[in-house]
Amino acid sequence: MSMPFYVSPEQAMKDKADYARKGIARGRNSVVLAYDEGILFVAPNPSSALHKVSEIYDRIAFAAVGRYNEYENLRVAGVRFADTRGYQYAREDVTARGLANWYAQVLGSIFTESNKPYEVELVVAEVGDTPAGDQMYRITFDGSVADEHGFVAMGGQAEQVAGVLKERYAAGMSIAAALGAAIAALSGQGNGERSEINGSQLEVAVLARGRVHRTFRRIGGARLEELLSQAQPGGKAAEGKGAKGAAADGAGEDAAGEPSPGDGTAP
Amino acid sequence: MGADYLGGQFTAACLSVGTSSFADFLAASAPGLLPGAASAGPAAQVPGDLPHGTTIVAMDFGGGVIMAGDRRSTAGSMIAQRDIEKVFRSDEFSCVGIAGVAGIGLELVRLFQLELEHYEKLEGRTLSLEGKANRLAAFVRGNLGGAMQGLVVVPLFAGYDEDTGKGHIFSYDVAGGRYEERRFHAIGSGSVFARGSLKKLYTDGMTEDDAVTTCMQALYDAADDDSATGGPDLTRRIYPVVAVVTENGFRRLTDDEAAENAEAVVRERMQSPGGPIAPLRQAST
Repeated sequence: MSMPFYVSPEQAMKDKADYARKGIARGRNSVVLAYDEGILFVAPNPSSALHKVSEIYDRIAFAAVGRYNEYENLRVAGVRFADTRGYQYAREDVTARGLANWYAQVLGSIFTESNKPYEVELVVAEVGDTPAGDQMYRITFDGSVADEHGFVAMGGQAEQVAGVLKERYAAGMSIAAALGAAIAALSGQGNGERSEINGSQLEVAVLARGRVHRTFRRIGGARLEELLSQAQPGGKAAEGKGAKGAAADGAGEDAAGEPSPGDGTAP
Repeated sequence: MGADYLGGQFTAACLSVGTSSFADFLAASAPGLLPGAASAGPAAQVPGDLPHGTTIVAMDFGGGVIMAGDRRSTAGSMIAQRDIEKVFRSDEFSCVGIAGVAGIGLELVRLFQLELEHYEKLEGRTLSLEGKANRLAAFVRGNLGGAMQGLVVVPLFAGYDEDTGKGHIFSYDVAGGRYEERRFHAIGSGSVFARGSLKKLYTDGMTEDDAVTTCMQALYDAADDDSATGGPDLTRRIYPVVAVVTENGFRRLTDDEAAENAEAVVRERMQSPGGPIAPLRQAST
């Protein structure tokens, strides 16, 4: 009875991967897009307290899908990693590439060494001084890293979501246009779900290029409603990169109640 | 440190369940990075002529608090640096200044800034003003061993309490004692003179402009009588660092604003070297 069955390594890995994929597919998809003034994170999330998108460091943010307790653990670890690095060296020595590699090692060793793989998928993004300097890395449950450009989709239906984004995305689009593309992609354009998405169900955040020191901002409340009205069909910024109206104020996206660190001396 | 710091142990520490304190995390996972770690043995002789920071003043006013510091650091009787900065933003609604051994103080500030930011990122909210003041007290106490050897540094902490809409000032002793000060306070070698000046010039509910000038006058008086405190350096255009914390958050006066204010004070002193003269008797009511 207690004799264990032989399981080939290939089979064991495949089982783990299937398990992780199934877990991830149960949640909603999220997207990350570069726009002219920064990087936009959009995730369907009814909770305003349990975040899927978070600040890691001055110019680096983190987005995740999957099991909350697991990606929350990774988020905390990432903040500790980044803050320790920045404290040991200097703030500019903390990079998305370094963090993505570290996450890849962590997830890779969890995937191979533990019985239960993490059911998460992450994006680590860094806003550059110029659009050419923007970086996005997608890290999957087994520790694979992909260097992405322009936009990334995460979640069980990532391919379909990315398919819509590919059609709608244009480099250098405004934040409202980018939000429109994100919502179209997340709502599975054309299948009648669009009308469901409103501000209270979305978690939206940006890394704003023009800010100094900490660039991460959550967008909520009136500011989000305003952007949504521009982004929805019929809104003036719905199409492509034509409309720049909402993007001019990179410094204006303070979320209600969010502390807004100004330009101080960086530690 | 080296390889071990980013190795498996460190990674495990990052992933472990812990507190939201960065200092506690470092103490557990990379203690070598903490400021006190490099302190010499008990019998070691600390060189007496390390650069020291000097005078910091702070006062509340109608809209919040102001903190200002001169720009001099001295090593013994020598000026070590003319344009050192000793007043810093610690987070959006608070600032911190240091007096004493500059090397230890600057590291203390760096750790404190990061402690507040780290907590904010992990918890999604900022610490209360009292919480921040208490964290700083713990850091100062952590340097007690160094202080006993002569590496004395004390901070002055001030912040705006968003809940009550008031500014608060906290001073510290080397043992980590934390004292809330009323109205105004000064630390450092020129603090005796600065405090006397503040006492005569302070009135309740001043405007921001008047409060900035009051701090400038106090620093001028400190520099006037304390050789370790630097006055406004008109030839090199080096002026005190002035931080204002109000409901709109932290703001450091630009160099031009500080220059304008400091030069006005100097101009007045050309006429009256002792500065503004307080009335001898209270005006009868």
